Amino acid sequence: MKVLRLAKDKLDLFASVLQQFGEVHAPVRQGEKFAFRRLSRWSEACLDYQRTILPPKKYFLPQRDTLFEYKEGQGYVPVIESADRRIILFGVHPCDIYGLNILDMVFTGKYVDPYYQARRKSIAIIGIDCTPDEHCFCRSMRADFVDHGFDLFFKDLGDRYQVLVGTALGDDMVLATGPLFEPATKEDFEEYKRRSSEKRKAFKLDVEIRDLPEIFEMEYDSTLWRELGERCLSCGSCSMVCPTCYCYDVVDEVRLGSREGRRTRSWDSCLFSTHALVAGGENFREGRPARIKFRYYHKQRGFVAEYGRPSCVGCGRCISACPVKIDISEVINKLRGMENVTA
Amino acid sequence: MLQLSEAVAGRPVLAPNPYQPYMARIVRIYRMVEDNYVFTFRFLDESIAKGFDYKPGQFVMLSVPGTGEAPISISSSPTRPGVLELCVRRVGRVTNALYRLRTNDLVGLRGPYGNGFPVEAMAGNDLLIVAGGLGMAPLRSLLWYALDNRERFRDITLMYGVKNPSQMLFRDELSSLVDRDDMKCLLTVDADPTGTWKYHIALLPKLFDYATVNPATTYAAVCGPPVVYRFVLQRLLELGFSKDRILMSLERRMKCGVGKCNHCSVGYKLTCLHGPIFTYWDAINLPEMI
Repeated sequence: MKVLRLAKDKLDLFASVLQQFGEVHAPVRQGEKFAFRRLSRWSEACLDYQRTILPPKKYFLPQRDTLFEYKEGQGYVPVIESADRRIILFGVHPCDIYGLNILDMVFTGKYVDPYYQARRKSIAIIGIDCTPDEHCFCRSMRADFVDHGFDLFFKDLGDRYQVLVGTALGDDMVLATGPLFEPATKEDFEEYKRRSSEKRKAFKLDVEIRDLPEIFEMEYDSTLWRELGERCLSCGSCSMVCPTCYCYDVVDEVRLGSREGRRTRSWDSCLFSTHALVAGGENFREGRPARIKFRYYHKQRGFVAEYGRPSCVGCGRCISACPVKIDISEVINKLRGMENVTA
Repeated sequence: MLQLSEAVAGRPVLAPNPYQPYMARIVRIYRMVEDNYVFTFRFLDESIAKGFDYKPGQFVMLSVPGTGEAPISISSSPTRPGVLELCVRRVGRVTNALYRLRTNDLVGLRGPYGNGFPVEAMAGNDLLIVAGGLGMAPLRSLLWYALDNRERFRDITLMYGVKNPSQMLFRDELSSLVDRDDMKCLLTVDADPTGTWKYHIALLPKLFDYATVNPATTYAAVCGPPVVYRFVLQRLLELGFSKDRILMSLERRMKCGVGKCNHCSVGYKLTCLHGPIFTYWDAINLPEMI
């Protein structure tokens, strides 16, 4: 992989060049939090941010997405976004890049989702490294470093960035700036390693995931699920903010006064009471304990069986979004019989 | 189904859209049982109509334009191509809308999805089909597949039970199998208020008294309401069936049919991709299965 360096005072110049590759979107301050948004000017971008409210999945699986227009005589006509609209997501953290890599596993495979795929092709990812806060446990989920899933990746080295070039598109972006980027030096590598081990020490949360699938099987009937179910409000916030939650609902709508309409999909959550409800009224997960257990079970057990790793990247959003302070690291540590474990 | 991805040499083709429903015409509505009609469909596109191949036990996603989409198991057999028969219970929004349609109206269909019965592995064995109530709908595909490939299977036994004669799916067709000497067709009702029922009057598990089953050489395919599973599975285990020779067909809410929307999760598997046919071994390892 090509490794370069960019002096920090040249970042603004790079950003201005980037515009020729598409709309630049980046984390922008929103009250006390941050959100990915289209920039009207580069100075709005906040690269030294804590997690955004929603992960970048909102660009690839929009909250509401039209799949088909239904037209009489034509049947279901797919509505797939044109690849002409190019977006550059600047400032994506490693956990969120990992989240997209996980969504890739789901939305490709035997059946490729063309809606997701079209957006994946038209949206470039420029990653940036970060410093963990009290909710981050990406290291436990093996998502604190990424080696793929970005076009460019920036690592702060003080007065400069170390820049990894991940794709040909990323290389084009670099080349378009002329001599702005320089080859990384031995000194950069040493500084990178120093900061890397510093980052490792900065984590305050730790969970052990290695034999978690087995422990989930053993603790399937644990009273913990009932306790959590009594606290959980079934609001679904944890799923909405999760970079790897992808459950969706599909609805057909008819335009008033016509026989035409559209089929849309929208975010859903396994915590909602209708998630496992079948026609006729049978509900396979009627109570909240069953539903919250299912969410954990699916991410930490089911997904491992199917894809070889948990569908959790340790971004900490579910911890900060939960109105009743259910904390995944606590849940896992309690299941393991290790309360109040810290790194 | 559609091999759009197999490009004609050198020419790019559109990536297939797994959510694309293909329009099909209702060619027949058979009012079989109250709230359980059999709808026969034919795809408008002739190449799809002729090329639509599937395995017994697979399902399709049925779209009623303007209402939505629902998974429905295929009741016809791939040995009789050209049309697709779906035995649909009127129970939810989509199926209610389907019941309002008439012959020649259009619906959308896509599929086939799911694993289907492992017919290659089952070939050369005895086949025991045990259905309770509406469970006959997906098993009818397997039944006709086996009868149409009679030489590929050894003994074929059907055990089918419903509460009373008016609830029996495919009653005329199945009655005509009772006299066949190349299979054993055992039909039963819990009670016969009409007094005209010619076959067994007993609970479904009682039919095991009328058949000889060799668990070592038999695959059992079971589908029905939970009470059927409870008693039939117990009976099969008592007979000495290995847990992976007992096959069950499950139903769940589905929005995509292709392993994305996650509504049909059971334990750590998806009904649409890993099922809907599961072995009994899967079943006891997957929480929330039945």
